[in-house]
Amino acid sequence: MALRNKPQWELLAEPDLSKVPVEEYEYDALLVGGGMACCGAAFEIGKWMPEGSKVCLCDKASLERSGAVAQGLSAINTYIGENTPSDYVRMVRNDLMGVVREDLIFDLGRHVDDSVHLFEEWGLPIWKKEGGNKAPLAEGGTPVRTGKWQIMIHGESYKRIVAEAAKAALEEMGYDLHERMFIVKLLLDANKDNTIAGAVGFSARENKVCVYKAKAILVACGGAVNIFRPRSTDEGKGRAWYPIWNAGSTYTMCMQVGAEMTMMENRFTPSRFKDGYGPVGAWFLLFKATVVNGNGEHYVKSDAAKEELAKYKPYSDAAVTPTCLRNHLMLFEMKEGRGPIFMDTAAALNAFLEEKKASGMDEKALKKYWKELESEAWEDFLDMSVGQAGLWASMNIEPEKVGSEIMPTEPYMLGSHSGCCGIWVSGPDEDWVPDEYKWGYNRMTTVNGLFTAGDGVGASGHKFSSGAHSEGRIAAKAMAKYVVDNADFTPTLSQSADELKAEIYKPVVTYYEHHQKTTDDMVNPNYIRPRHMMERLMKYTDEYGGGWSPYYMTNGNLLDIVMRHLQWLREDSEKMAASGLHELIRAWENYHRIWTVEDHLRHIQFREESRYPGFYYRGDFMAADDKDFDEGGWKCFVNSQYDPKTGEWKCMKKKCYKIISD
Amino acid sequence: MPSFVNPEKCDGCKGGEKTACMYICPNDLMVLNPDEMRAYNQEPDQCWECYSCVKICPQGAIEVRHYADIAPMGGYCQPMMGTDSIMWTIKFRNGNMKRFKFPIRTTPEGSIKPYDGKPSPGADALGNGALFTEENSGRVTSTPADYD
Repeated sequence: MALRNKPQWELLAEPDLSKVPVEEYEYDALLVGGGMACCGAAFEIGKWMPEGSKVCLCDKASLERSGAVAQGLSAINTYIGENTPSDYVRMVRNDLMGVVREDLIFDLGRHVDDSVHLFEEWGLPIWKKEGGNKAPLAEGGTPVRTGKWQIMIHGESYKRIVAEAAKAALEEMGYDLHERMFIVKLLLDANKDNTIAGAVGFSARENKVCVYKAKAILVACGGAVNIFRPRSTDEGKGRAWYPIWNAGSTYTMCMQVGAEMTMMENRFTPSRFKDGYGPVGAWFLLFKATVVNGNGEHYVKSDAAKEELAKYKPYSDAAVTPTCLRNHLMLFEMKEGRGPIFMDTAAALNAFLEEKKASGMDEKALKKYWKELESEAWEDFLDMSVGQAGLWASMNIEPEKVGSEIMPTEPYMLGSHSGCCGIWVSGPDEDWVPDEYKWGYNRMTTVNGLFTAGDGVGASGHKFSSGAHSEGRIAAKAMAKYVVDNADFTPTLSQSADELKAEIYKPVVTYYEHHQKTTDDMVNPNYIRPRHMMERLMKYTDEYGGGWSPYYMTNGNLLDIVMRHLQWLREDSEKMAASGLHELIRAWENYHRIWTVEDHLRHIQFREESRYPGFYYRGDFMAADDKDFDEGGWKCFVNSQYDPKTGEWKCMKKKCYKIISD
Repeated sequence: MPSFVNPEKCDGCKGGEKTACMYICPNDLMVLNPDEMRAYNQEPDQCWECYSCVKICPQGAIEVRHYADIAPMGGYCQPMMGTDSIMWTIKFRNGNMKRFKFPIRTTPEGSIKPYDGKPSPGADALGNGALFTEENSGRVTSTPADYD
């Protein structure tokens, strides 16, 4: 057998940079990302850009199945319908413990339904209520509401449908689509201060670097996964709750050109079916299941739980307990030794059957009803989390007979689901929006010409798939306006194409310089492989930054230690080695992860309280206060900014305005 | 539950323009070995088990084996994609089987004409808050005061 110090990947990376071509492009607008937000932008932008404009969308994967909705979804979680945008703001505000950008949320609430109507028009099957209006939603159809905001769909092909429309729109406008193009770095203009001018990336399919100049750029490529130690020990770590390919690229790329970040201390630690991470929403809302502890007790109703919850007034007083506090109660039960926690699927499903029996349904009809109910229960997993269905099959779990464990996962960072970390952006330029919240172009970051949407926009969670799509559209229209207003601006880059190529291919050059200095290319003191980088990052964030193993607990002393490790990780990331194109992707993803996590932990360090009990705790500051910014409290935003000129990072408080009354 | 390829069924998509699984995998995992004309998953522990490769494979050559560190052996889920629906076969460790069929779309694939029947907005609309398919009225132009 050959010595194990040769590159193993199918598509090898080229260390002789003279053989790596650089393609240079110039666009008016560049869309970075391929998920719901960028598909929305791709659909919208062509109708607003001036005649003859050039636009390109770059996707790290294939548009047909990229982003968080790649696998499918069983529900659309944001459909305003008969509700009002103000009520939507109230729900989001309470779930996220009071500190949100109400202008952005209200604005999203005004537009989100239009995207849902388009999805249905394009071919997404939306469940209609039995006995209700079966027409499309746009014509007054009655959806199956599971909660106030959620509607059920047959969503296996959700992303394929939305991507098909985006692709067709790009094609009709004569715009470009570059798939398998991983954008890894944004570029500021050489002449105009704090202004975006381009981006650079590489192909996952051939040895090629692409440099893009653009007047306006939308960066919307998801949140961050694989940043804390997963609960699985080997293969199972692929079963991340959020898409495993989201590497914090949105946050890091924008942060590195100086974009102000907001609420990066926020994270989402979802409680999901243990190990398979199947969704719980339909079980709670559609099937009305309850969660019980190991003794079969409905623990959220216990006196101990009520007492625990009362520590977090006024947030715990709301009709719907915030997601983080529900986690908090689950962790409380587990720590008190009353685990495991079960979703009582059996009681829930049997209650439906009993109800039908009691109403006099005959055996045959009952059997048919059960078939439908069983099918709905399995579809929930098969549409969006097949692995969970597989795990049930592997463990002989039939939900009508036995409950399933649920468990808080490892933490994730995102801005579109039940989390709100992200980038500080301008809201709509309207009178009711506070001055500190607007600077001309909706969803533009603090860097001129740099926009974001979906997971990228901070302090405005609960957008979900439909909201991300419409936010991409809102941003796209604002980008077109920016391009029109800045028609005479010509982006100029300060780095040459060859300099950029050398930077991007550095891990490849490093590998080939050293790989034969030992007999096994995975064990070599001259470099670090991306997978080892990621594993080291996840170990230390878990132990010191409040991962699952210390029950999400950290404190100032622990954070000091993890900050030292992050510094070493950043230094060592200069020595990452990649022998194949696939591994070069992993190298850049991990580089992005390290920066994103550092900002996350800097925010946690700065905020001297525990704003999201159940998602993370500062052991040295366990309370979540209700004191406003003006009173010196923490009911305010924490923003941070990296200065690309000096390399310095700063954190600051920003006032949070309450726009919508209680 | 990483995907794996049955070498007896996989033909490397030699009749096609591109290897289907390699084209579709959102995490760049599926790759073709051109010498053997067979595809494989190059990083199984980063597989999200999204089934994109399983669903797209024209030969039905790709399946998924449950994550070794989580799942007892023997269970499996296998889809069959149709044009308007998907059929799932679920096999339990104890041999029990279940089959489910769900709709996936109401329009033919490739039929979406996103701009048909949707008039382009006037250039003067660039400054208002409406998206191009929306009327600039009602909820679209509402402010919080409208709901007080």
